[in-house]
Amino acid sequence: MEDFSTLIGGVAGDGINEAGLTVAWLFNRLGYRIYMYYDYPSLIRGGHNYSLVRASGQKIGAHHDQIDVLIALNQETVEKHKDRLKDSSFVIYDAEKVKADGILQKSCGIPVTRILLEAGALPVMKNSCILGAFCKVVGIDWLVLEDVLKKHIPKMLEQNLNVARRGYDLAEDFCHMDKLNQEPQPIMTGNQAISFGLIKAGLEAYVAYPMTPSSSILDFMAKSAEKFGIKVVHPESEIAVMLMAQGFAYAGVKAAVGTSGGGFCLMTEGLSLAGMAEMPVVIVMAQRTGPSTGLPTYTAQGDLHFILNAGQGEFPRFVVAPGDAIDAYYWSAVALNMAWKFQVPAFVLSDKIVSEGQYSFDLRAAGDAKLASPVLWDGQGSYNRYSYTDTGVSPLAYPPQKGQVIKSDSYTHDNAGITTEDPQITREMSDKRQLKGQSMARDLEGYETVKVFGDEKSKTALLCWGSNKGVCMEASQKLGLKVIQVLVLWPFPEKRLTDALQGVERLIDVECNSTAQLARLCSIFGIKTHDRILKYDGRPFSLDDLNFELDRIGAGSIQAGNIEAGRIEA
Amino acid sequence: MNPKDLNTPAKSTWCPGCGNFSILSAMRTVLAELDGEGFPIEKVVLVAGIGCHAKIVDYMNVNSFYSIHGRALPVATAIKLANPDLKVICFSGDGDSLAEGLDHLIFAAKRNIDITLILHDNRVYGLTTGQYTPTSPLGFKGKSTPAGSKERPLNPPDLMLASGASFIARGYTHGIEQLQKLFREAILHKGFSFVDVLQVCVSYFNMYESYNKMTYEIQGNNTGSFEEAQKIIRSWSYDSLEKPIPLGKFYDIDAPRLDQAFLEFKPNPAGRDAKIKATLEDFI
Repeated sequence: MEDFSTLIGGVAGDGINEAGLTVAWLFNRLGYRIYMYYDYPSLIRGGHNYSLVRASGQKIGAHHDQIDVLIALNQETVEKHKDRLKDSSFVIYDAEKVKADGILQKSCGIPVTRILLEAGALPVMKNSCILGAFCKVVGIDWLVLEDVLKKHIPKMLEQNLNVARRGYDLAEDFCHMDKLNQEPQPIMTGNQAISFGLIKAGLEAYVAYPMTPSSSILDFMAKSAEKFGIKVVHPESEIAVMLMAQGFAYAGVKAAVGTSGGGFCLMTEGLSLAGMAEMPVVIVMAQRTGPSTGLPTYTAQGDLHFILNAGQGEFPRFVVAPGDAIDAYYWSAVALNMAWKFQVPAFVLSDKIVSEGQYSFDLRAAGDAKLASPVLWDGQGSYNRYSYTDTGVSPLAYPPQKGQVIKSDSYTHDNAGITTEDPQITREMSDKRQLKGQSMARDLEGYETVKVFGDEKSKTALLCWGSNKGVCMEASQKLGLKVIQVLVLWPFPEKRLTDALQGVERLIDVECNSTAQLARLCSIFGIKTHDRILKYDGRPFSLDDLNFELDRIGAGSIQAGNIEAGRIEA
Repeated sequence: MNPKDLNTPAKSTWCPGCGNFSILSAMRTVLAELDGEGFPIEKVVLVAGIGCHAKIVDYMNVNSFYSIHGRALPVATAIKLANPDLKVICFSGDGDSLAEGLDHLIFAAKRNIDITLILHDNRVYGLTTGQYTPTSPLGFKGKSTPAGSKERPLNPPDLMLASGASFIARGYTHGIEQLQKLFREAILHKGFSFVDVLQVCVSYFNMYESYNKMTYEIQGNNTGSFEEAQKIIRSWSYDSLEKPIPLGKFYDIDAPRLDQAFLEFKPNPAGRDAKIKATLEDFI
């Protein structure tokens, strides 16, 4: 089977994310490509968590509603997910926690608690036990599991292997997952890929206040600080975060910050400072369901226009929305580069799915971003921080510089960085900042800021951004549609998008918000979308969700529906 | 170096008689002296918030970051973490650091980061023409409190002592020699140094008469004692015109600093590609 979905569910605190990841590692060893969706409520203990791991022969970035194997650590998991089961599905359950009588499919119960007790193992090892059973059920060789546990759960390995073996021996055969003729790949979240991309491009400091779904970048950077030589600071608030990033930038240290909507609200005054003082900074903004606290652990694409317009006054910015881990790696490197090349704030606009979803990652496919050094002062004459140039970009210098002063200013300032209220300088400095934006837009013409997938000749195209890339790519295959992914949202890639739209007669906008924000952005540039498929219940589109909506609006025919279709209810 | 070398062409817009002139003059003198003593001026970075105090960075030909209201300290903290060789000096107002940016002030003290904060404590919002601040006395009649402020003032040195600052002093803009002495010591101190300067605002809260009468220089105190410092600091709580106001150095101790802890994480971009590739193996 080259497309296999496994769901493992239990209560928060059961280690469901790690258990899902272990399933992913197992399939990865057999050469499958992985996508994992992790669903959890905003609490530490109790509540229902599940990981949905899909393994496929192809690169994927979306899940099916239906599953092939359900692993239930508690009764609630069966109740919540039994509708996902096909006649041909299989259920593995903790025999001491789950009543088997409601399960119509083939199943096997594993007496997990008894096994742990007999082995003198800790309660946390129950996942090893049940995953042992899982390997037997899906025909993954014991040695593969042994290898995965050795590598990823080296603590108390013997006991883990012991309980896993007992689970394996007690379980039944169900199917046999073939080994594919593909090499395993690293499996990582978008947040980890963002981190690697920033590190690749020369990141030297990371500053953040924890906020889901961005926190795992902070955790990763802190863990990797020594290895990569990164200064990691977790200060008192997002306000401090944004200002610290600029202190680092002033001193020539390449810094990034990370947050989600509410935290970014606090950063906006500092963002405007970065615009005025021309401080390079990368902001990783991982969207979750709003407004306000909203659904902290669920997804949305509701902050696009907020990011495009945040901060008082007018100043250029760079905004990119990666669609998966590979995009995240490449474009986070580009974002850091853009920030320093043009001395602007650069956004990596993520969402919960990209940030916390697990993806197979191919370094070669991700590619190496073109990296350029920032424009530095040549040491001639006297230094002016805001000198006028043809590109609007003033050469940088960092203290100490003997005989020179480096003055940055949040006020309207002259070229030396001294406060002024002069109308002519005010206008000239505004022009200088806008000129940087134009220079950046020109520079970006050399990048694939808009990507086209699927049937390029199709007259019907799906328009998407961010994490909907994966689901749109796959759904388009069935109907033979074109997919247009807008990666860079600002400076708006008008020409590339217009080129991508050549021959398209019906454009279907697919977004996870209620107001079609990308469609609204496109309309500013006279680009019309004909249909809208919007989902805003905090959950990502499954492949089935999107197929259903595409059927409903008759996306297979060219006729434009021009309706607001597909408002999927929770 | 002559202190006059540190002038800029920017025209001063402080009111005649403003206490800020004393702070500017004292700081220029101290920085010019230190330049000749192995602390070169190019290694100094000044950071200011927003308010009358902050104009000082436009008037000094020294590296500077003119930040936003209340936000001098996080910028300064990062500059110091970025390059521990730099001397980072913050200027801030009482509205700036005690209202808008209070969290940053407490955390700078808590971290005992090796930077200096000069608090231009005029106890009134000058640039917005006369509202009460966190250090205005109870009953202060400002534009936002025409019936008199109903809030008791904060005692900034007391707050700093509780928060972990390792150097705490108070000066007065009518005592320029003392200001120079305190600034010099504060800048040379290793750790977070806080100097509360009673800076008179001639336009909206002219306290010259009261301060001239009530201030005195404290002598012979044990600056290593938390208890003694607290007693001196609490002898005047910014709420009385009748109590003597101690000036001088209250507290000066050695304590672990955040900037020390960061030295081991020096940026090291070399060899990163290979390290990334090696690390990716952990993800398979």
